Amino acid sequence: MSPVPVPSDLPVELRTEALESILVEKGLVDPAVLDKFVKTYAEDVGPLNGAKVVAKAWTDPEYKARLMEDGTAAVAELGFKGPQGECIVVLENTPTLHHLVVCTLCSCYPWPVLGLPPTWYKDPAYRARAVREPRALLAEFGLELGPEVEIKVFDSSSEVRYMVLPERPAGTEGMSEEELIPLVTREAMTGVAKTKAPAGHDHDHEHGH
Amino acid sequence: MDGIHDMGGMQGWGRAPFDPTEPAFKAGWEGRAFAICLLSMNRLTGQNLDAMRHALERLHPLEYLRNGYYGRWLLMAETLLTDSGVIAEGAVDARARKLRGDDVTEPPDPVLNKPDYTATGPGSLRPVDDPPRFTVGEQVRAKDIHPAGHTRLPRYVRGRVGTVKRILPSALLPDTNAHFLGENPQHCYGVAFDSTELWGGEAEPFVLHIDLFDSYLEAPVENQP
Repeated sequence: MSPVPVPSDLPVELRTEALESILVEKGLVDPAVLDKFVKTYAEDVGPLNGAKVVAKAWTDPEYKARLMEDGTAAVAELGFKGPQGECIVVLENTPTLHHLVVCTLCSCYPWPVLGLPPTWYKDPAYRARAVREPRALLAEFGLELGPEVEIKVFDSSSEVRYMVLPERPAGTEGMSEEELIPLVTREAMTGVAKTKAPAGHDHDHEHGH
Repeated sequence: MDGIHDMGGMQGWGRAPFDPTEPAFKAGWEGRAFAICLLSMNRLTGQNLDAMRHALERLHPLEYLRNGYYGRWLLMAETLLTDSGVIAEGAVDARARKLRGDDVTEPPDPVLNKPDYTATGPGSLRPVDDPPRFTVGEQVRAKDIHPAGHTRLPRYVRGRVGTVKRILPSALLPDTNAHFLGENPQHCYGVAFDSTELWGGEAEPFVLHIDLFDSYLEAPVENQP
């Protein structure tokens, strides 16, 4: 009989199926529990949670003050807690200060408010370059920051998880908390994009320039 | 360890793929690998979060990169399960070949070998009685150390001088906790480094903030006559 094979020449899909099959056979894993984990993180725990936090902070100054003081407690007020959310610190972007979040050593990310990290966040290029040439990286992502904007990059090397509070876009002054939620993206809450007013709402802003 | 995982500042990766519309899992196996891995940590293997991160770092660089994030999560689960004697070395490959229809004898079950460890509390945060060694505004140097095991002190800040900006909640030291050598709770500091301190005078202007444990830091200037 052949010796134990080396791992690398088998497709990852097949190896995943094999590991699940062994654990199920041993009675250690229930496939229904795996289904539930997958569904939770595919559908329920995602950036919509963080968007609710941001929209509330934009419309409720007292909530914003609590959020900046103790992010963990303030997001828990909205029911968001769990793994990778033990200590959440919120970083506020302004017209002259831009925060960017990365994890160079793995891919630490604030799951309870943003869900699982997207591919770009986990990519070696992002992890390598965010701490070396953030301005060039952001420009490639479509975010050009002027020289007057100070950049602070946060490398998530401890159990503290960072979330960016983006600037509320001009032209959204009349919008309600509920209406603001869909404007807030995962990318804005990581610092690789800004939030934009919906089409038609930024008319005054455009003329102000 | 000075491994492939320590990517801060590396050159040559090109552009990062940017797709703001992607779903959490792009293929069925990614979700399965993710879920198996979460269960493999405490419940099935008695391993901890720091050991889990170190399992990633121990992967061969080619394996680390081959199948992306969830590919390495699958190998992390397999590593933790093998370390704890829950599955045999080579068991996954043997089962995969069997599923494919090959004539394979699967390895016998190993002896269970879970770490002798019970966490003293939930999560990673722990109180520390002594006051923090450094204060906000103080200059510190990240030590130039190269431990063979797990550490959360990346290469690109080692030996560099920064400024303490925040005192963060004290927490388990990953360097010892990953190897079950003690929780060793320590103060943790949010330290800011100027980009030119890290990358030289031609660097883009920005400030790098990173969270560093007490034992990663020293006073920037040794006491000299």
